[in-house]
Amino acid sequence: MLPATGTTEEPGVLDLSSVDYAYGDAMLLSDMNVRMEPGGFYFLTGPSGAGKTTFLKLCYLDLVPTSGDLLVFGKRREAMDRDAIARTRRRIGIIHQDCQFIDHLNVYDNVTLPLQVAGRDPGAERASLTELLRWVGLDHKMTSLPPQLSGGERQRAALARAVITAPDLILADEPTGNVDWEMSERLLSLLIELNQLGKTIVLATHDLPLIRSAKARVRTRVLRLKGGELREAGADL
Amino acid sequence: MIRQLYSAAAALAGEGASDKVVPGTGPAAWLTVFVAAVMGFLAVFSMALAVSTDRLAERWSADLGRVATVQVTGTPDTLDALTDATMRILEETPGVAFARMLSDEEQAALLEPWLGPDLPFDTLPVPRLIEVVPGNPPYDVEGLGLRLAGELPGVRLDDHGRWRAPLVAAATRIRTLGYVALGLIAAATAALVVLATRSTLATNAPVIEVLRLLGARDAFIARAFVRRLTLRTGLGAVVGASLAASALALVPAPPDQSGLLVDLGFQGWQWIWPIAVPFGAAFIAFWATRQSTLSRLRGSM
Repeated sequence: MLPATGTTEEPGVLDLSSVDYAYGDAMLLSDMNVRMEPGGFYFLTGPSGAGKTTFLKLCYLDLVPTSGDLLVFGKRREAMDRDAIARTRRRIGIIHQDCQFIDHLNVYDNVTLPLQVAGRDPGAERASLTELLRWVGLDHKMTSLPPQLSGGERQRAALARAVITAPDLILADEPTGNVDWEMSERLLSLLIELNQLGKTIVLATHDLPLIRSAKARVRTRVLRLKGGELREAGADL
Repeated sequence: MIRQLYSAAAALAGEGASDKVVPGTGPAAWLTVFVAAVMGFLAVFSMALAVSTDRLAERWSADLGRVATVQVTGTPDTLDALTDATMRILEETPGVAFARMLSDEEQAALLEPWLGPDLPFDTLPVPRLIEVVPGNPPYDVEGLGLRLAGELPGVRLDDHGRWRAPLVAAATRIRTLGYVALGLIAAATAALVVLATRSTLATNAPVIEVLRLLGARDAFIARAFVRRLTLRTGLGAVVGASLAASALALVPAPPDQSGLLVDLGFQGWQWIWPIAVPFGAAFIAFWATRQSTLSRLRGSM
């Protein structure tokens, strides 16, 4: 197992032990062993097709390991029923490369969707929501529909949606894949701010300059996926 | 008009948190309303048919036990004596409330449709007719018939059962058919709603995927679809049932309420049935949508 960076007394945010994932005959992920601690900032890197998205899907319980033990917030995947999986996902903020918005809802409704799913009234928290949208620079786009946003605006809206319920873990899958360097830096800054608030960040990317920029500003661990196997990245990063 | 009704219904029901996530319109939306309207229309007509034939069967059954006729047949020399003897037997029979010989005018009126007016009663061997009204408890029909036939040759008791009973049986079967049609309409409505639900779920698969990733429970996702499809079905049924009820109210009543015809439609408290149809349709839609949606969601990850 890859070494932990913090204490091992409390359960990790994510614990993978000998986790394999196969789709049909193809072994996509093999012998994953890693423990991610609360408050950590993790990069998951590797070439396209290395299995980064599959790894994240395992983490947010969208896929079931073929074998091995997967614990999320200390709870075993196999022990969770559908409601428990839904509750666990509410503790995870997810940012997809394609953002996955509901196109007929405006930015405000999309961003507040996690609150509604959790049974909270967005209207009662409008002031803080406006502040959140201002933080990501979208307070003037609240009534816009997702197709009307630029790539960077979509990514920032996705970030706002991912953090609106103050989740313990944020998973980001290539969040800078469709934006320019300036916007990548801005998104990274927002994620670093969240990490400094104690949130665990797992960011899948093959953007090496972004990783280097982050390492210069915050303590990170970089995990590399290659050939379906997970390794600690070398000093070249 | 339909859009305004739908908006009103949605407002009355209260827009739930999960409602907005499903688009208000879609390929199946107005089709569902239209088919529900057709089903509502047919359901009200089937129900009208059932309750009308039920009413008819009840009336004929009541008539069956209400009155009988004694036919007195004889030669001109014996006819008066036979009639008097028949009247005496009827008067002394327990359970006979009233017996009355029809006048020549009344008999002429009965025969006029077949033999025309100005019937020469003096020259035709027309039997005398005596109307017998049973008391409470009624007389023994079989016993009286046997006594009359035994003591007075040419005198016959007709309780009308021979031709009333098959009509009552036919009316009862038509009523049963009406209820069977109603059941089929309910089943077809449920099947339609299931198909519409599956179509809507397939169309909104990306929405469901987003909701699941955000931690929505199955019940939250199902609620959005259940509410929309229930409202659409209920609205369609309201329109269809209203049109059917209006059409039934405009059907002219038959001129002779005591005859074979019956006015198709509802009477008195029976008007509750067309009002109940939209509620029934909405309940079917609620149940079918919920089952179908939860089944589909549980079938996915």
